[in-house]
Amino acid sequence: MSVAPPNVWGVTTTVPYPLPGAARPAPGPAADEGLARRLKALACTAPLHDLDARKANLAGEYSVYAMAEVALAAIDLVTLNMDFDTGADHDQIVARLLPRVAAQTPTRSHAEHERVARWVLENLINVGSADRGFRAVYGTFGPDGAYVRRDYDFKLIEEVPGPGGSVYLRATDEAVNVLVGALDTDVTSAQIAAEVKLEVLISRGRLADAQLAAEQARYRTVQYAETLRRTLEATRRNVRAVDWLQQVPDLIAEALDHVADRYRHENAILTNIRKARDEAEEPEHKRRAAELVDIVKDCIRRHTQLQSRLLEAGPLFRAEQDRQAFATPPARAGLDLYGQLVAPLLPLPVERAVRVTDAFFARGTGLRTPGAVRVTDLVDLLLTPPLERDHLGAEMPEPDLVATPDDSRFSDEQLEAALDLLDLPHDAPRRLSGLLAQARRTDPDLPYLVALLALHAASPPVGTAVRQGEPQLLFAVDDGTALDDPEFGGADLVLGTARLAAHPAARQERTP
Amino acid sequence: MTDERDERAPDGHPAEQPREPSREQPRDALRDRDGGALTAGDVADAARLVGFALQPKLLPARDAEYAELVRRHREDPGFARTADAVAAGLGLIVLEVSPRAGMAVAAAEDSVFAVRMGDYARRAASDAGDRFLHGLAHLAAAALAFPRPEDLADDGYIGRITVNGVDAFVRQACRRLEERAEEAGEVTDPASDTPGLEAAWRVYSRRSATGATKDARRLAGSTTGIIGKAVAFLVDSGFLQRTGDEAGGTYRTTARYQLQVRDMAGSAAMAELLELGVVPVADGTASLLPAASDDGLDLVPDAGLPFHTAT
Repeated sequence: MSVAPPNVWGVTTTVPYPLPGAARPAPGPAADEGLARRLKALACTAPLHDLDARKANLAGEYSVYAMAEVALAAIDLVTLNMDFDTGADHDQIVARLLPRVAAQTPTRSHAEHERVARWVLENLINVGSADRGFRAVYGTFGPDGAYVRRDYDFKLIEEVPGPGGSVYLRATDEAVNVLVGALDTDVTSAQIAAEVKLEVLISRGRLADAQLAAEQARYRTVQYAETLRRTLEATRRNVRAVDWLQQVPDLIAEALDHVADRYRHENAILTNIRKARDEAEEPEHKRRAAELVDIVKDCIRRHTQLQSRLLEAGPLFRAEQDRQAFATPPARAGLDLYGQLVAPLLPLPVERAVRVTDAFFARGTGLRTPGAVRVTDLVDLLLTPPLERDHLGAEMPEPDLVATPDDSRFSDEQLEAALDLLDLPHDAPRRLSGLLAQARRTDPDLPYLVALLALHAASPPVGTAVRQGEPQLLFAVDDGTALDDPEFGGADLVLGTARLAAHPAARQERTP
Repeated sequence: MTDERDERAPDGHPAEQPREPSREQPRDALRDRDGGALTAGDVADAARLVGFALQPKLLPARDAEYAELVRRHREDPGFARTADAVAAGLGLIVLEVSPRAGMAVAAAEDSVFAVRMGDYARRAASDAGDRFLHGLAHLAAAALAFPRPEDLADDGYIGRITVNGVDAFVRQACRRLEERAEEAGEVTDPASDTPGLEAAWRVYSRRSATGATKDARRLAGSTTGIIGKAVAFLVDSGFLQRTGDEAGGTYRTTARYQLQVRDMAGSAAMAELLELGVVPVADGTASLLPAASDDGLDLVPDAGLPFHTAT
């Protein structure tokens, strides 16, 4: 910026800029709105620039780090790790950020890298502020032409409660928009568009672009899952608000259709990329395709998760409906706390709403008995030494270990002997009576084990054996002959070994 | 719910004390059920009952003497009037005397027993936003504990709430308002120098739900922190009982809470709302209704299920 010559400066400032009533500074509310939207979008990037501006203030030599880059990577990580139920884990994000931070300054210590990662993440949450968010001020012209400054509050990464009181991170819509850009479109159509694009790209072999599109598709999948999560959460909260005769089943059916559709679609893509991966000659192409497979697999995983949620919704509605529909009819009309108090209250300006909440607070909190303190008690209290806390907790009693007796019916040797006995050649089946007699000669207990194994073989787990790739399987067939044995009765089974073909579809080859 | 006659204490010591036979008395004097004048001992008993009432977590079922005094309050009009007079003199409003709730009393506005917002939360004294959030936390906890008018009217109803549930439910309502404002093309960002004109829902929705702290406690300024403080306070008031740790802490309501909300807080807040010129529709049915069947169900980002209020 050059400094204007002094003589000109004197002239220009003495003449006030005329503002004719007809020509408003802004062409109209519509254009102004667009400006406001762009100002807001710009504001969302400000915290990232701010990081680089403020890194010099940190104690230590941190100006070598590209903080905005780390911040974008952090938002990326949080978005990708946002699960259906919870969000991304704080420490996990820091841990995944570390390689990037370390790559920027390989010579610095690990502790410093971690400090930088944490600093960036904390600043994206904006830990210092009461709201844990950001505020930008922008100006607009009202309908009457008056200029109004307004506060725009936004968050980039927000903390949400997880199960067990833990805290998880979620990327806000603003952050996702900053990150991916131009997501201000219908989720469904955007996703379809991305997938079509993906298929075209793959069919033309342009994997680099395909990966970009697939990643975008995954961002949208995440956003879509988030939308449905909120929807289901809302249904759980109040059944009365929902028409579960028509609308909710329709909604669930629609969503299930959508999941099925996407699932089919993505499986088709997966097959295509796998082919591309296996056929690719260039190692770079191969690697890209492999990454793409992972991304699409992740998309499918998210869809499956969504689907199980949708299936749970129906029973939940019915249970809630039962609970409320079968209650006894009210004896008197009560106050509808939500409909008559909370709902009309929330749209009010806070300075008026606070009068209502104050009235509720004053009469709805109960009472407290004021403490009456005597000086003697106070002296005693102050002079009592604090209770020493044992950091290690109570001493653990020495566990009394007793060897459990081996209560197996048969020993390992017996099992081995029985299995040896039953290891029949595949072309020579034998009768159970003969096997029992042979077993009795070696060990009086062995026939029991042989009989048990033979019974088990009467209904052999063929499918399992095939899946596990076992070469052969013991089987038993009853041909009607009665068993003649001093200890056992029943059928004299024919025992033989079946060889299993390698392919599950092929018919098993059986000995006669 | 047990009949109070079954709650008769085995020893019954404070109830039947020898009294002087009936004599000529001034017309307005307090008399016991036999027409006998009340003695100083009776007044002491009445005061003892009020003393029990000031221990909100204590229930007649757990204390034989309390149960006997409650029984006497219900059967002996003279004693009941004495006890009510003692309570009134201390600045207490008697809501109900029953075996299930004991003597349920609420503090009158200027009573020494009343809870003041400034003592409750220090930040609330200076910051209107915090003051609103703390008040709203109490209102929302009650609204979720008694979601339907029937629930508030039904003496046998026990509400169950969780800290995260209260937060999620208010957030959902706020989100719905935000969407509606967006649909209408309203600018909800408040003017910079007039924080008091910011819409109430916006104050709530921009406060973060939770936050990591150094000592793994709940962040006090977050909405779950504020709600957690409210329910913990209500537990101390004998209004809620903690039942578990899931979802930020789960609680069930007590008879006293229902009485307090129904007879005191709800109507007071309602009166204030009417004074502001907001007239909510009151036809005794739930105001959260199913949407009209021809309503579109397009899934747009951030859409909740269609909530439609009756207004």
